[in-house]
Amino acid sequence: MAFGKSKNNRLDNEINASSMADIAFLLLIFFLVTTTIEADKGIRVVLPPWSDEPPDILQFEKRNVYSVLINASNQLLVRSEPMSVEDLKDNAKEFIMNPGNRDDLAISPQEAIISLKNDRGTEYKTYIEVYDQLKAAYTELRDDRAMAKYGKEYAFCTFDQRRVIRDEIPLNFSEAEPTSFGKE
Amino acid sequence: MSKFSKKRGKSNPKISTASLPDIIFMLLFFFMVVTVLRNSELKLTNNLPSASELTKIEAKSLVNNIFIGKPLEKYQAQYGSSPRLQLGDKFAEVNDIPIFLEQHRVKVGEAKAPRITSALKVDGEVTMGIVQDIKTTLRKAGQYRVLYSAKPKGN
Repeated sequence: MAFGKSKNNRLDNEINASSMADIAFLLLIFFLVTTTIEADKGIRVVLPPWSDEPPDILQFEKRNVYSVLINASNQLLVRSEPMSVEDLKDNAKEFIMNPGNRDDLAISPQEAIISLKNDRGTEYKTYIEVYDQLKAAYTELRDDRAMAKYGKEYAFCTFDQRRVIRDEIPLNFSEAEPTSFGKE
Repeated sequence: MSKFSKKRGKSNPKISTASLPDIIFMLLFFFMVVTVLRNSELKLTNNLPSASELTKIEAKSLVNNIFIGKPLEKYQAQYGSSPRLQLGDKFAEVNDIPIFLEQHRVKVGEAKAPRITSALKVDGEVTMGIVQDIKTTLRKAGQYRVLYSAKPKGN
């Protein structure tokens, strides 16, 4: 009987969901292919506003200036002495804090100035390495200070605590216009 | 007989695949969330240097990318092999940067414009000459917030 047959059909009218997985797979593969898990990380800097006259580094006392020169062959000259990049961080830390109160190192961290100068032929890799080491020196000093003062690392301090530390150990970078001896 | 050869009737049990779509969907959502659709094809070498003092950038829409590197081999016939910069998806000159920055500023809007960062994605092999020219241009254009993009140091 035709009537009984249609009633029988109505009992199992589920939507077939077996193709759902296929559709999801298709989308998944699309996103897998297009994904670039790209962490946008880098060294953050704030450039100084442009001025036509070059910064006058001579107005500062010589003992407060930590001059770093990088030449076109990627060699370092730190305060008129050749140095390797590996030694730079510890040397800079000693200069900034001056734990032994030597009269040829910075008077205080507030007075210390890092003067960085490179050549137009310097490799970018070396420049970043040097910049990174100098910044690392400051990070470590701030961490030490925060540890001594608040018992936690700089990054975990509150906004006000960080400002106190920042005022104590300010990051004074001065970048001179590069020389152009090397081949670009 | 040994107990291993015990007969268990004729039924062959199937593994239920009912939860498979759910699992796939979960993966799908994960990838949808982390996906950044690549919008510009790189036309130059871009092997970033590595560094340890890295900051992560929070808002992707407030970043404009400036790529610097040597043109890839297939473009060298046309553009030469000396370092060049790429803005968006095409090669550009240093003096195209102010317009590029202005366009981005308009897109982002007045309120958020001061928070714009320029990410310099520079190949490690490039010499500082072109980088310096770009830094000078950025300073003249009033774009002071800069990020030297780098890879985390593997140690």
